[in-house]
Amino acid sequence: MSLDPATIRRIASLSRIRVEEDQVESLQHELNSILGWIEQLNEVNVDGIEPLTGGAQMAMRMRDDVVTDGGYPEQVLSNAPDRNGEFFAVPKVVE
Amino acid sequence: MLTDLTIAEARDGLRAGRFSAVDLTMAHLLAIEALNPRLNAFITVSHSKALAQAQAADAALAKGEHGALTGIPLAIKDLFCTEGVRTTAGSRILEPFVPPYESTVTANLLRDGAVFLGKANLDEFAMGSSNMTSAFGPVENPWKRLRDPDAVLVPGGSSGGSAAAVAARMAMGATGTDTGGSIRQPAAFCGLVGVKPSYGRCSRWGVVAFASSLDHPGPFARTVQDSAIMLGSMAGFDPKDSTSAERPVPDYEAACKRGVKGLRIGVPREYLADGMPAEIEALWQQGLTWLREAGAEIVDVSLPHTQYGLATYYIVAPAEASSNLARYDGVRFGLRKDGGELAEMYGNTRAAGFGPEVRRRIMIGTYVLSAGYYDAYYLRAQKIRALILRDFNDVFSQVDALLTPTAPNAAFAQGENMDDPIKMYLNDVFTVGANLAGVPAISVPAGLDANGLPLGLQIIGRPFDEETVFAVSAEIERAAGFTALPQIRAGQ
Repeated sequence: MSLDPATIRRIASLSRIRVEEDQVESLQHELNSILGWIEQLNEVNVDGIEPLTGGAQMAMRMRDDVVTDGGYPEQVLSNAPDRNGEFFAVPKVVE
Repeated sequence: MLTDLTIAEARDGLRAGRFSAVDLTMAHLLAIEALNPRLNAFITVSHSKALAQAQAADAALAKGEHGALTGIPLAIKDLFCTEGVRTTAGSRILEPFVPPYESTVTANLLRDGAVFLGKANLDEFAMGSSNMTSAFGPVENPWKRLRDPDAVLVPGGSSGGSAAAVAARMAMGATGTDTGGSIRQPAAFCGLVGVKPSYGRCSRWGVVAFASSLDHPGPFARTVQDSAIMLGSMAGFDPKDSTSAERPVPDYEAACKRGVKGLRIGVPREYLADGMPAEIEALWQQGLTWLREAGAEIVDVSLPHTQYGLATYYIVAPAEASSNLARYDGVRFGLRKDGGELAEMYGNTRAAGFGPEVRRRIMIGTYVLSAGYYDAYYLRAQKIRALILRDFNDVFSQVDALLTPTAPNAAFAQGENMDDPIKMYLNDVFTVGANLAGVPAISVPAGLDANGLPLGLQIIGRPFDEETVFAVSAEIERAAGFTALPQIRAGQ
């Protein structure tokens, strides 16, 4: 499987990373080389194997559905690049 | 010199009143002032906070109230959130970020009286094996090649600043994180002990996430005992991390004295890769001889899916990273690069904020999770991960621990292995299995190569049996008698 320039642009768009036209070729080369190397996994017989999400080998804990933290908007907003009162501010999305 | 003491020696000296915590912290701050402009091991040095913590430690010691690490100066990998102290993850995108909270692991260290000297350099978002991807510049390894002393070597990565700081005596110990080898490989490159505990042993809460199912916080130190003291403080159940293990923390320091008599040590034959340098193979054989002479039984074992570990990792880790790093959008914290519309602002922010390796991994992760490719890549990788775990479970029904080399080579020079990402990835070939399986592993300095550079041996154990891993590590340390010192260090 080899990625073409259109696929590179689509992945960049899904990743929300702006990619300039002159970067597409080198990205195509790098990603194809990594994916080509990963192809070796196709040799492995995985019939009947359950996928493993993590190495923890433990059941996830449940907790009560209650608020346990919060109530300090100034700390939450202290690193905001832009704010408006007690809200994060972003460029206008609805006309 | 105070900077040459081990943590255990400094702890005893402080309690006996032979020197103060302020003396000890000042000695390390002076070492940082002298060496950091060259080595670049710290991104941020927190002088005044460190001195205030040292004064508090002296006050506690005067009252006879001390914790496991009271007055011990440490470096903190700049991936752990530290309240009021900038935390960058080695990335431009977090350059302005000052956390309003403390990570659980660093809070545990502070509870036990540790002093934080500053935040250690790392590969950007812990993605790398050389510290070359840091947005704050590379770190120089304090060790030098005998035959090429002018070459600037890498400290390994991603926890390269942590390793260089401890090796050069700028800190007595350091925290690191290990996702594919990021504690053990730099420990091997810098002649240190590096511990990746079991998954769930150290809380990930407040640690900037790279790949959540693979990220393991752990310590660096100059001796096995020191690393045991540090892990004892860092570890423990944390309700704020849903994968934290609800288990008591054993006495790791005591486990270092157990010896290896009667233990069964496995030698996984698949680790004997073609092209392994003869001196690394010889050191491995030497390690087995040491353990046999100390009363362990050596057993040949097989981990049949070893060769697929790295490729599995390079699907699972980028997939999780692409999801974790979605939060860097220029809205709530970190860098923002404006654009006309919201989506343009996201794209501009992330293009300007992430370096090339991080962008590459986000894109690989996005691709392997995307519709139509999920089953072929991500699901297949998760199944092979299950086979890798099964391999480890099988061998641990036959043996108590495994001995392997830590890395396929000694420290390389800045600029080497940079032309092809896969060449860099191969540095983790022996370490990545323990991350995929979540089992504990320690790298111990065991010898020097012909060029005078340190080489490490890795001990891998059963899930949550760090104690046996510490016992075997302590035996390797004792038998190796590793006393070599890096050329660049405090007082030189």
